[in-house]
Amino acid sequence: MSVPAFAALLERLVFTPGRNAKLALLRDWFATQPDPDRGVGLAALTEELVFTAAKPALIRDLVAARTDPVLLALSHDYVGDFAETVALIWPQREGVNAPPPALSEVVEALELTPKAELPLLIAGWLDTLDSSGRLALIKLVTGGLRVGVSGRLARVALAEWSGQPVEEIEEVWHGVAPPYLPLFRWLEGAAEKPDPQEAPVFRPLMLAHPLEDADVAALRPAEWRAEWKWDGIRVQLTAGPGGRRLWSRGGEDVSGAFPEIIAAMNFHAVLDGELLVIRDGAVAPFADLQQRLNRKGVTARMQADYPVGVRLYDLLFEAGEDLRPLPFDVRRARLEDWVARIAPARMDLSAQIAFASVVQLSEVRDGARAASIEGLMLKRADSPYVAGRQKGLWWKWKRDPLSIDAVLMYAQRGHGKRSSFYSDYTFGLWRPDGAGGEELVPVGKAYSGYTDEELGWLDKWIRNHTTGRFGPVREVEKALVLEVIFDAAQLSTRHKSGVALRFPRIARIRTDKPASEADRLENLMGYVERRAPTDDATDG
Amino acid sequence: MPPHPESWLRVTPQGLYCEPGGFFIDPQRPVDRAVITHGHADHARPGHEAVLATPATLAIMRARMGEAGAGTVQQPIRPGETLVQNGVAIRLVPAGHVLGSAQVVLDWQGSRAVVSGDYKRQRDTTCAPFEPVNCDVFVTEATFALPVFRHPPPEEETAKLLKSLALFPDRTHVVGCYALGKCQRLIRLLREAGWEAPIHLHGALATLCTLYETLGVPLGPLAPATVANKAALKGAIVLAPPSAVQDRWARRLAEPVVAVASGWMRVRQRAKTRGVELPLVISDHADWDDLNRTIDEVGAPEVWVTHGRDDALVHAMALRGIRGRALHLVGLGDEEDDAPQPEAAA
Ligand SMILES: [Zn+2]
Repeated sequence: MSVPAFAALLERLVFTPGRNAKLALLRDWFATQPDPDRGVGLAALTEELVFTAAKPALIRDLVAARTDPVLLALSHDYVGDFAETVALIWPQREGVNAPPPALSEVVEALELTPKAELPLLIAGWLDTLDSSGRLALIKLVTGGLRVGVSGRLARVALAEWSGQPVEEIEEVWHGVAPPYLPLFRWLEGAAEKPDPQEAPVFRPLMLAHPLEDADVAALRPAEWRAEWKWDGIRVQLTAGPGGRRLWSRGGEDVSGAFPEIIAAMNFHAVLDGELLVIRDGAVAPFADLQQRLNRKGVTARMQADYPVGVRLYDLLFEAGEDLRPLPFDVRRARLEDWVARIAPARMDLSAQIAFASVVQLSEVRDGARAASIEGLMLKRADSPYVAGRQKGLWWKWKRDPLSIDAVLMYAQRGHGKRSSFYSDYTFGLWRPDGAGGEELVPVGKAYSGYTDEELGWLDKWIRNHTTGRFGPVREVEKALVLEVIFDAAQLSTRHKSGVALRFPRIARIRTDKPASEADRLENLMGYVERRAPTDDATDG
Repeated sequence: MPPHPESWLRVTPQGLYCEPGGFFIDPQRPVDRAVITHGHADHARPGHEAVLATPATLAIMRARMGEAGAGTVQQPIRPGETLVQNGVAIRLVPAGHVLGSAQVVLDWQGSRAVVSGDYKRQRDTTCAPFEPVNCDVFVTEATFALPVFRHPPPEEETAKLLKSLALFPDRTHVVGCYALGKCQRLIRLLREAGWEAPIHLHGALATLCTLYETLGVPLGPLAPATVANKAALKGAIVLAPPSAVQDRWARRLAEPVVAVASGWMRVRQRAKTRGVELPLVISDHADWDDLNRTIDEVGAPEVWVTHGRDDALVHAMALRGIRGRALHLVGLGDEEDDAPQPEAAA
C-alpha cells in the first residue's frame, strides 16, 4: 500500500521479540505488498537504503512551528524519544485529504528534492499520516529506522515465503539492488533467476559530504587526493556479457538518452564518472547537457551539436572482480591502467590535482571560475568505495557562490504542497532604458533558498504589493530587494537580458536596501564566463 | 449574586465535600454520606453509610464488594432525576466512561458545579454517552492530558488484533484489560468486527461480564480460559486482567501474543517496558482533544482538575482564558493498568 502499511509492519517488528514471529511478519509483507514498495520496504528494514537528507533539527523546527512550546516540552519530557513525541503531538490538519505517500514516492522525492524544499515536502507528508505513519516517516527520512532486521533474517524470510533455498537467494543477493524487481519476479516464478555476474545492475553510488570550514584545517594533504568536481550528471556505467546500462545517480536507467555512450561501452566493467558535453576537449556548461535530458528521441543533429562524453572517476568492477573494498589509491591505479589498456571512446580520466598544502588547494579552488567546474572533490587515499554518504571518506568542496542584489518583479504560486504560497520569484537588474533613464530587466527565476518563515513573509508582501495579475502570476511593486546567489552566469540568447544563471536561489531578503540601489546588469555581466552564447537557459 | 462553588464545594483529605449538602463525592475513606460517580475501585470505596449512585453503579458495587460493603443505605437515582439534599439539588448525568458512570451535577443557590468523575467522548455501546452540562465550575480528570495522547478510533485497534490472529492462527492472543468496562467494551467491539467465536475469560473477569449481560449488554458466547487445556486455546482470544497477562499464568498458554488494551499503549516505551507484543490503544478516558473540547462545550469559566496531568491542561486552558485549578486529590490514581494503586483497599 504505502507508508501506513510499512508503519504497521515496523510497529509489529519493534514489539515482537520472537524470530519466528518476525519471519512471519516479513513473509506477510512480501506476500501482500505491491512493487516497488515491497522491495523499498525490504531495503529500508535491512538498511540497504539509508537516508540522511533530513536532519533532526529540520523536524524540530517543523514541530516547533506547530505546537505550543510548554506543551511540547512537557510532552517530550514524558515520552522521552523526540521523534516519537513529534509523531504523537503533530496536529492533525483539518481538510487534508491527500492520500499518504507511497514508500517509493518518498524515497524518490528524497533523492531529487533540493534541500531548501525538504521542510515543506516532509510537513506535507506528515499531514497525511497517522501517528505510527508519522513515526515511521520521521525515522526513515532522518536515517534512524534501526528495527533490527538483519539481511540474513530478511533472506530467510524470502526463502520461506517463496520456497526457494536460502543459499540460492544469498547467491544472487549482491547482484540485485532495491527495489529488487528481478528478484521478486524470480521468487514468484515469473522469471529466471537473476544472474548477478551477467545482469547489468546498479550499485549505489558513493557520495561526498560538503566540506565545512571547520574540517578544512584538519586535512592532512598526504592522506587526500583532489580532483575537479565537474558540473554534469553523475553516472554509473555497467557493461558486460549481460548487457550495457547507463545509470543516473539515483539508479534510473538513462541509457536511452545517450546511445553513443552505450555504443562506446564495449568492455566488461563497472565505472563511476561524470557525463558532460565535451567539445574539442573542453567541457561545456551544464546548459548544453540539459539539451540532451528529458527528451524522448535523440536525433543525429542533437548528438552532433551536443557531443557527450564521460569523465571517469572510479573503477568498481573489472571483469566481474569487485574492486570496491580496495583503497582509493589502488582503484585509481587500476583505473588508470584500465583506461590506458582499453582506451574506450568518449571517455577520459578525471585528472588528479597535486597539492602540497591546504592553502595551496584553496587557491586552486578559488581560481577555478569555469562554469563547468563546481569545485573540488577530496577523496581519502585509503577509502573503500561504499554506498551512500559516509562521513570522513569523501568531501565535496564547492566554490563560493556568486551573488547579486536584484529586485523582485513577478511572483508565481508553487506546486503541490506549496500551491497556496507565492514561492517562485522572477527578479531583475537595472539597465539603461535608452531614453536617458533606467529600467529593470528580468535575469532569472528562483524558488528555493528561503526558510519557511521567509516564504511566509514574502507571500504576504507579494499579496500586499500586487500591481497586476496574469493568470497565476502577480506583478509586484518594484520595491523589494533580494540577495540572489548562483553558481555561474553564462550568455544566453533566449533571455531578454542575454544572460542566464546556474542554480539561482534566494540568500536573503534585503529590506534594508532601496530598490534603486540594487545591482545593474553590467555587474552581472562581469561574472559571465566569456564564451559563445548558448541558445537556452539554465535557470533552474 | 450566587455563591462561588469554592464556598460550598471543598477539597478535604477524604475527597470533594459538599458542605451545605453534607455529602462527599467519591470519598477515599468510609463516610456517612457518599455520592459515587462510577464503580471503579478508586472512586467507589467500600464501607460508606449512605450511598447515592445510579442503579447500575450500585449493582456493580454490590458485585465487587458484597451487599454490606456497597453501603448500609443504598439510594439509586436514575440518570436525569433530581434529588434535593439540604437544599442542594443533585442530578446524575451520563459520563460515557463505563456502565452506570455519571457526572454529578450540583445546584446550590443559583450556582452550579459539575463533578464529572471519569469520562470519555468516544463511542461505547456498553454505556450511555457523555452529555455536556453548562456550569460555573467543571471538575475534570486529566489522566491523558498531554497532547501526545490522541486515542485512535477503537475499531482500528480491534482490527489490529484480528489481523494478528489471521497472521498467527496458532497462537493464543491474550489481551490485558480491566474487569469493569474495558473488558466488556472490547468484547462488543470484537463482536461488531465479526468475531463470533467464544471469547475466553480469566476468572477475575467473569462476574462483571455476567452482570453486564443481566443489565442489558449482550456479549455473545463466553467461555472460561482454562489454561490446562492449552490446545483448545490455540488461535483463541483470551481476556485477562493486566496483571495476569505478564505472569506465569499467561506463559502457560500456546505461544501467547501478549496484548494490552489501554490508552497508555500510545507511548512505545510504556508498551516495551511491559513486554507487550501487541499494544492496543483503547481507553475509557477522554484523550487530549476530547478533554479540551469538553471543557469548551460546558462553557465553565473555571475548571478544577482532580488528578492526572493537570500542569498541561491548566496551561492549555490559560491560553484560552479559562481559569484552571489543580486539586491534587489523592487516591484517584486510575483503574487503568499501570497507574499507581489506590491507597485504600479496593
Ligand atoms: Zn474510572
